Amino acid sequence: MTLRGKDLIGIEHMSEMEIQYILDTARPMKEIISRPIKKVPTLKGRTVANVFYEPSTRTRTSFELAAKYLSAEGVNVSGSASSVSKGESLKDTARTLEALGADVIILRHPMPGAAAMMAQTVPFPVVNAGDGAHEHPTQSLLDLFTVQEVKGTIKGLQIVVVGDIMHSRVARSGILAFKKMGARVSVCGPTTLVPPGIEELGARVYNNLDEALDGADIIYVLRIQKERQEEGLFPGLREYARLYGINKERLKLASSEAVVMHPGPVNRGVEITCDAADCKQSVIQAQVNNGVAVRMAVLYLLARGGEASSVPVD
Amino acid sequence: MCLLIKNGIVIDPARNIKKNCDVLTENAKIASVGESLESPDAEIIDAAGKIVMPGIVDMHVHLREPGFEAKETIQTGTFAALRGGVTSVACMPNTNPVADNASVINFILNRAKEAGNARVYPVGAITKNSEGKLLSEIAELKDAGAAAISDDGRPVNSAGVMRRAMQYASMLDLPVISHCENLDLAGEGVMHEGAVSTALGLKGIPASAEEVMVARDIILAEETGCRLHIAHVSTARSIQLVREAKARGVNVTAEVAPHHFTLTHEAVKGYNTFTKVNPPLREAKDVEAVKEGLADGTIDVIATDHAPHTMEEKDVEYDLAPFGIAGVETAAGLIWNELVKPGILNVEDAVAKITLNPARILGICAGTLVPGMPADIIAIEPNKEWEVDPEFFAGRSKNTPFAGKKLTGKVLITILNGIMVYKH
Repeated sequence: MTLRGKDLIGIEHMSEMEIQYILDTARPMKEIISRPIKKVPTLKGRTVANVFYEPSTRTRTSFELAAKYLSAEGVNVSGSASSVSKGESLKDTARTLEALGADVIILRHPMPGAAAMMAQTVPFPVVNAGDGAHEHPTQSLLDLFTVQEVKGTIKGLQIVVVGDIMHSRVARSGILAFKKMGARVSVCGPTTLVPPGIEELGARVYNNLDEALDGADIIYVLRIQKERQEEGLFPGLREYARLYGINKERLKLASSEAVVMHPGPVNRGVEITCDAADCKQSVIQAQVNNGVAVRMAVLYLLARGGEASSVPVD
Repeated sequence: MCLLIKNGIVIDPARNIKKNCDVLTENAKIASVGESLESPDAEIIDAAGKIVMPGIVDMHVHLREPGFEAKETIQTGTFAALRGGVTSVACMPNTNPVADNASVINFILNRAKEAGNARVYPVGAITKNSEGKLLSEIAELKDAGAAAISDDGRPVNSAGVMRRAMQYASMLDLPVISHCENLDLAGEGVMHEGAVSTALGLKGIPASAEEVMVARDIILAEETGCRLHIAHVSTARSIQLVREAKARGVNVTAEVAPHHFTLTHEAVKGYNTFTKVNPPLREAKDVEAVKEGLADGTIDVIATDHAPHTMEEKDVEYDLAPFGIAGVETAAGLIWNELVKPGILNVEDAVAKITLNPARILGICAGTLVPGMPADIIAIEPNKEWEVDPEFFAGRSKNTPFAGKKLTGKVLITILNGIMVYKH
C-alpha cells in the first residue's frame, strides 16, 4: 500500500485505511526509538526542510528528531530569520527550497491553506505541521496512535474535545480523524469559542462541560491562549477555569477508564489542574513520545521514494 | 453615420417594448425604433434572433486609476466594459488619491474622454480620503460631475457621519451608495462565517456585519429623506430589510453582483483567492434570497463590483489576498445563464436591472432606446454557448472565479454613440 497523495496536508482527504497504514508504520518506528541507538539509515541522503513561520517547540523538535533517527539531513528555516522577512512570497520560498535540493518540506504557517499552496508549488512532499486554524494532521495521527495503544481500538469510543474549538487546528483535525476511525466526537466550550457549523464536521456541541463529560472515554483538553481573553472572546481565565477546567473531580463524570489528552503546551491551573494532568489516566507524555514515531512513519512513507515492500526495522 | 439594426428582439424597459423590430441610429443618437424601418445610407446589421437592448449601465466598477494602474486603468477598464456590453460605468472613488475633490473627478473624466470607451460617471467620496470622519465637499463633487457619493470599500463606520452625509446629500439630491459592512463585526474575516469558514479554518465575516449596516442606513435614509442605494447586498436578511423598507416607502434601492447569485461559500474550498470578495460569497439560502429579491423587484440593479487585482497580489495565501473579482466581462453571460435561462427573471426585467434602473438611480442620460438618447446599443445572442477564458479578457486583471465556466448568452455587438465598437 502507498498513500494516495504526495503530501500530507490534512486528515480531511485521508481514508481510514491510509490513516491506519500510517499508524501501523509508526509501531516499528516506536520500537526503533526505544533502542539505545535510535538510528536507521532509511532516509540517508534525503533532505528534510523544517519551515516554521510560527514559534513551535514540540512539533518542530519532534520532526527534527524524526528526520535524524531516519538519517535524513535536516535544515531549519524560520519565518523571521529567512527571506520571508524580506518580503519573499511563500511560493518563492518553496521554489528556493526546491532549487536548494530539499526532498521534503515540513511547513508550519499561521495562515490556513498555506500547506496546500506550497504543495501545489513543489513536486516533492509537503507535510502540514499546522496551517492557521485549519489542520494539524500529524498531531491527530499521534493522538490516534496513542489511543490505539491504550485502548486497543478507537471504534465506538466517545471523545470530548474541550476548550477553544474556534482557533484550534488540533480540534479540526481531531474531529475528522476520530470520526474516520469510528469514534463519537463531541466538542465543548463557551459559545464564543465554538465556531458555527462545527456540527457539519461530525461533532456534537456542548456548552456545559459536566454534560459533555458524561460517559466520555477520552477527554481531549485544548490549550487556552491568553490572547483570546484580551480579544474579548471570553470574560476571564478564572471563570474559564471554573466552567471548562478539567480537574480530578470532573474526571469522575467520565468513564472510569477515561484517558486525558492534551496537545501541549499545558496551562496548568487554567484548562487543566496538575492533579488531572499528572494523574494515572493522563497520557500527555505518551503523546509527545509517540509524536516522534508517527512523524518518522509519515516521513518514511512520503520520502522513501518508490515502493518499498516492508517497513525497515534496521 | 447611421446604423440600422434589423429584425432583433428589441427590448426597451423605459417604454415597455419587447418586440421584433428594427432600431435606427442617426448622428450618434437613437433615431427610431419600429417595424420595417428603412434608411438608404445606413449600414445594416442583421440581428435576427438576437436581443437588441440599451447598452449596459454598470453602476459599480473600480477603474483603479489614479493610483493602482497595475490593476486596471481607465483605458483598459472601459475597453473591457465595452466587450462586456457595458457602455456606461460608475466608478468608485477608492483610488489614490481618493476621489474626494473636484480635481480627481476632473482627472477621471478627462482620462475617460481620452480613452473614448464606455462612458464614465465618477462616484465621489462621502468623506475626505474616505476616512469616515469629515465630509468631502459634496456639492463641488456634484458640480464636477460626480453622479453619486460613496465610501465604497471603506464603509462609513460612524453613524453620526453617515447621518450628516445623508442630510447633506439629500439637499443636493445626490444618491448615497452604501457599502454596508460593520467593521467591528467583520473584524479580520476573509470569507463568510459559517460551516465552510469553520472547516477551512479561515476567519469569518458574519452576515450580521452587512445586515446591521443595511438596517442602520435604511433608518437614516428614512429619517433624512436621502436617496439611499445599497451596494452589493448579499444576505437574505439584508434583502428582507430592503423589502420592508420599500414597503413603507423609504427611498432605498439595492444592487447585487453576479457572483452573489452564482456562487456560494462552498467555492472557497481549495483556497482559490479569486473567490475572495467583499461582501463574501454567502450560503445557498442567501443565493436563493438574492434570486427572490431580483424576481420580486426588491433588488433594482445588477452591478458587477468589478474589482481588478494583479496576479502578484492574488497569488498568495488566502488571508493575504485582496478582496475582489474582475466582473465586467462576464456579467451579461452570468445574468443570462443564471437568471434568464432558468426563468428566474424574464428578459425585460433582466434588461431593466442593468440599463434603465441604474441609469435612473444615477440620473444619467443612458439605459434606454428612446429616440434622441445616445445610441448606446448592444446585441446579445441568448442561446450562444461560450466558456469563460480570462486569457481573453481585455481588462488588465484576470481575477475571476469563473474561468472555465460554460455560459449561455453572449454579447455579440456593442454600439457606442452610434459606432460599432465591439463585434464578437
